[in-house]
Amino acid sequence: MEIINIEVDFLVVGGGTAGCMAAVKAKQKSPDSSVLVLEKANIRRSGAIAMGMDGVNTAVIPGNSTPEQYVREITIANDGILDQSAVHKTGLLGFDVIQELEEWGVKFQKDNEGKYDLKQVHRVGKYVLPMPEGKDLKKILSRQVKRNKIKVINRVMATSVLTQNGRAIGITGLDVRSGDMYVIKSKAILLCTGACGRLGLPASGYLYGTYENPTNAGDGYSMAYQAGAKLSNIECFQINPLIKDYNGPACAYVASPFGAYTANATGNRFISCDYWSGQMMLEVWRELNSGKGPVHLKMYHLDESTISEIESILFDNERPSRERFHAGRGENYRRDGVEMNISEIGLCSGHSASGVQVDEFMRTSIPGLYAAGDMANVPHNYMIGAFVSGRVAAEHAMDYIKDIDHGDVDSDFINTERERLLAPLNNPNGIPHTQVEYKLRRFVNDYLQPPKSPKNMKIGLEKFIDYKNVLDELGARDPHELMRCMEIHFIRDCAEMAAKASLYRTESRWGLYHYRLDFPNRNDDEWMCNTIIKKSLENNEMTIFKEDLKPYLFDVNLNKEKYDVSVA
Amino acid sequence: MALTNNRVDVPVIVDESKCLDKCKACIEVCPLDVLVKNPDTGKAYMKYDECWFCLPCEKECPTGAITVQIPFLLR
Ligand code: SF4
Ligand code: SF4
Repeated sequence: MEIINIEVDFLVVGGGTAGCMAAVKAKQKSPDSSVLVLEKANIRRSGAIAMGMDGVNTAVIPGNSTPEQYVREITIANDGILDQSAVHKTGLLGFDVIQELEEWGVKFQKDNEGKYDLKQVHRVGKYVLPMPEGKDLKKILSRQVKRNKIKVINRVMATSVLTQNGRAIGITGLDVRSGDMYVIKSKAILLCTGACGRLGLPASGYLYGTYENPTNAGDGYSMAYQAGAKLSNIECFQINPLIKDYNGPACAYVASPFGAYTANATGNRFISCDYWSGQMMLEVWRELNSGKGPVHLKMYHLDESTISEIESILFDNERPSRERFHAGRGENYRRDGVEMNISEIGLCSGHSASGVQVDEFMRTSIPGLYAAGDMANVPHNYMIGAFVSGRVAAEHAMDYIKDIDHGDVDSDFINTERERLLAPLNNPNGIPHTQVEYKLRRFVNDYLQPPKSPKNMKIGLEKFIDYKNVLDELGARDPHELMRCMEIHFIRDCAEMAAKASLYRTESRWGLYHYRLDFPNRNDDEWMCNTIIKKSLENNEMTIFKEDLKPYLFDVNLNKEKYDVSVA
Repeated sequence: MALTNNRVDVPVIVDESKCLDKCKACIEVCPLDVLVKNPDTGKAYMKYDECWFCLPCEKECPTGAITVQIPFLLR
């Protein structure tokens, strides 16, 4: 294991949606600075949108909606827990991003008059803008990175954040093909490594049959935590209504503007709005538990040309293999509903609202460390939010680094990290990562899948803490297997945080995401606040505490405006 | 600890007669990094059963040598 040393001005960890945008914006703002994108896969096809995206879910377009309306809707959808100023950024800058993407060659749907063809999927307001030709989105982004002459290192996975006196000064990384170790010093670091998509175990039992790109194993959640950054509201899980077994989105967002809807076994509607929220997931859970399941996305009542049009979008974008999945089972949307199920849990602020705590400039609680995209806690941020947060972080960071020198790397820390990375390789006959990961994630299902019970969560928490010892038994025969082993460290950290936070918030909130059987009601008197997880720097223990919400920019009366999507 | 080799049905199938010795396109784009070249034959194959059935490998193969199946457990 050789050690490769690199020094840059601005380091972007993760070359997905947020990362590519951040790198381009950093370079545009400060052309003389050195910007590096570190990517564990290959930026051409990496991150959540490796195979494109069929539309944007949070488009605030002048004439259709205002940033204030958008902030209000997300405030209500997220039961009041948010930093409105960060969500406001998504509303303010989203239109800019859409226009810039268009200049880069991304096509958005327009009507006959050439206006953006927005659709209503949210409870109130039109924020969904289809991109029927969105399949090459990631290729277009990586082309922009190249065009701006930004340095990219593919196939290197970051493993830890380096700090000095409480400031972030770099990262360590692992070359997942050669097994070499990277030590990269940077004046500012942006973590944008996506969701923790490999937390719960899919019902199929296939470790990588996840909703999120399985490369996204909670890397950034774990690295930020280990470096001492604050994470917030980790008990607000990501749970999605997905195509059973396939685990991809059924895509009511795409299909519902054409007249499709989510139905129960008798073919009737039971939710009034297909926008994903914890409240909607709770309705799905109730329906399944009242004998009216399975639920399905219903299209069979539509005419042939409409169904063909929906298919042409769904089979070409985001998860194109769904076509062969249905074909293999002899299913046809003209006759069959798309059977849906409640997914295993994950962590993702792009969909729900848990992640590394950031302010409106995407600063974490550690100077020099930024977070963006799915791992940064800006509720319901989706793809446009990833672009915006990447851009905001980069632009702020380029100012921050102006008067800053590189830090000094602690050689003891590097040696310890090197030992940690070498351990599985020195133990090639140790327990294979597949088995270690399977059992960990099965425990996540057993003890954390909502609805949540206190004793279950306590057992889970103990198991996850004990599991540190199991990680010592991991064996790897090559650098690829070592990558998977180190990812299990990330997953374990996320599991412990998920249990700890879920136990701490003694109320129910966000529908199914944090539905506690022992505290079934929302309790605004005590819990209209953030829960913060942070590693104690004295004893390395996980601590958790309450923190006040930032004052709202826009008043919302949450007692009057309840997020209710049930069909009466 | 003894390690056994369990047989698994892998999702990605490469038609070796179509796979070009000098090409590495599928190997470079796979997000999970599960495809490699067999050093003896110069042909690509799936070394690790860790597939997201996302299709970049198949789409970027210049000769159509790759077929991605839905992994058996989900199929
Ligand atoms: S389908 Fe995706 S994960 Fe599977 S081998 Fe191809 S590129 Fe890799
Ligand atoms: S892309 Fe196709 S031709 Fe190229 S190595 Fe892979 S299978 Fe062979």
